[in-house]
Amino acid sequence: MALHEMTLSELAAGLAAGEFSSVELTQALLDRIAAEDGKLNALITVTGDQAIATAKKADADRAAGRGGQLAGLPIIHKDIFCTRGVRTSCGSKMLDNFISPYDATIVERIAQAGAVMLGKANMDEFAMGSSNETSFYGPVRNPWDLDRSPGGSSGGSAASVAARFAPAATATDTGGSIRQPAALTNTVGLKPTYGRVSRYGMIAFASSLDQAGTITRTAEDAARLLSVMAGFDARDSTSIDEPVPDYVAELGEAVKGLRVGIVRQHFDAGLDPDCGARVKEAIAVLESLGARTTEVDLPNIDLSVPTYYVVAPAECSSNLSRFDGVRFGYRADDPEDLFDLYCRSRGEGFGDEVKRRIMTGTYVLSAGYYDAYYLKAQQVRQLIADDFRKAFADVDVIAGPTSPTPAFRLGDKVDDPITMYLNDIYTIGANLAGLPGISVPCGFVDGLPVGLHLVGPHFGESVLLRCAHQYQQQTDWHRASPEAFS
Amino acid sequence: MGGRNTTENPGKNNVSLDKDQVRHIATLARLKLTDEEYDESVDKLSRIVDFVDQLSRADTDGVMPMAHPLDAAQRLRPDVVTETDDRDRFQANAPSTRDGLYLVPKVIE
Repeated sequence: MALHEMTLSELAAGLAAGEFSSVELTQALLDRIAAEDGKLNALITVTGDQAIATAKKADADRAAGRGGQLAGLPIIHKDIFCTRGVRTSCGSKMLDNFISPYDATIVERIAQAGAVMLGKANMDEFAMGSSNETSFYGPVRNPWDLDRSPGGSSGGSAASVAARFAPAATATDTGGSIRQPAALTNTVGLKPTYGRVSRYGMIAFASSLDQAGTITRTAEDAARLLSVMAGFDARDSTSIDEPVPDYVAELGEAVKGLRVGIVRQHFDAGLDPDCGARVKEAIAVLESLGARTTEVDLPNIDLSVPTYYVVAPAECSSNLSRFDGVRFGYRADDPEDLFDLYCRSRGEGFGDEVKRRIMTGTYVLSAGYYDAYYLKAQQVRQLIADDFRKAFADVDVIAGPTSPTPAFRLGDKVDDPITMYLNDIYTIGANLAGLPGISVPCGFVDGLPVGLHLVGPHFGESVLLRCAHQYQQQTDWHRASPEAFS
Repeated sequence: MGGRNTTENPGKNNVSLDKDQVRHIATLARLKLTDEEYDESVDKLSRIVDFVDQLSRADTDGVMPMAHPLDAAQRLRPDVVTETDDRDRFQANAPSTRDGLYLVPKVIE
């Protein structure tokens, strides 16, 4: 098998057995990126020299009998994570010139485990988008059909893993930004529980919703990576101090007897019928493994998208106030005065969707509107979270579709923000309630991938990973690679 | 800022924003927009506000607004110095500095 075809776990075994070196592996993937990324635009920055230097060190460490859990294994980081000495753009003109002075906690942990960073993945600007079309660096293309979007905002991470540029990438999810692109590119996308993974050094979009996670080809690889990323970090005030289980060791536990909840509203008219069929087939596979399905009711879930589009823009308008053209980032030329410096630096440095969300947030937080929108949304959010809590009294996981349709064409939804926002209709609930979720490849519709979405209770990553892993033992959808990138 | 414009007819743009409101929001948000951007913002922000207005139909009487998805409280740490002086390294990213200060256009005449 070619090196780029191998999963993280297979590569770890190959490196351990001395079948190839980390330098050989790293060079092979860098060559592949150089040859193929012109078609996809999945990477904003390639860190070739640094990668080879890290790989050499990993090989030397291995020869000396040292090395961490990810020693010599390649990874791509979403460009939302600060990487010391390397441009960290967040997909924005605002940060096109920003060289991070420090590493994000997860970048640090993954590096300490010995992984080799190949580069930084393209993304929707400040993670605001569901198609990767809001990036200052241009859209990412879907390896399964170059005229289509890979989803977003972690589109570059998903496309990189789907095109076999790397076996794994980091990503972030505020309303579905890991799971939706994973579904649209035939990869596994894991969004952990809110607070499970440190957000220190992860550029903030909506702080009560943002969470870092992974894009891989298998649940086993997601477990391997999460084991390194998860855990308490004093530098993130929302990090939760809970023990980190051995996610890999728990993959083998049986699915038999597992209670799987199905949400009726998730299979209504908004869902493409062929996607629905694939998802139902996937649920039948879980049943064949001994899982029991039962219908669960989430009476307020229909309000999750409007709730999100109050809470997320409100938090974004506050978080993005730090971009003022003074301390770092883009500054407009020849400002007349300080006010002009702020307004033009922000007006010229941010793209359309980011400005739209900042203004939406400013509006819902402004005098006279706060109660009607922001407070109301936080109340509805509580109702939605309570619905999930009640549901998880009766079931272990909730299963359904990740996305209402397979990958859509680039340009199809850019003119109507609401149509674009509705892409995340099945994923947003987990963010509002702080729950973990995973998307797993479950088949194709007209040659385009479809994802099965599983949501678990707080800190239920193990049950999600186990369910996804056992499903992947029975199916081989995840082994399919896009023809143009095999 | 003016009041909400609500029409009797259900359908698109029940709740809409006008250009003056959008100008006011842009000023609050410190965003300079082009004329074209203003026109587009009036249309798109109105659609977004109309969309999120469906929250008004939810019965939330007596519901505590969510403060944290896991009901966690803010953690405190001992009040000790944890950061070293990294000013030069941080200011390497600044558009304009002198003697360790960030420079902006003259504020006081």
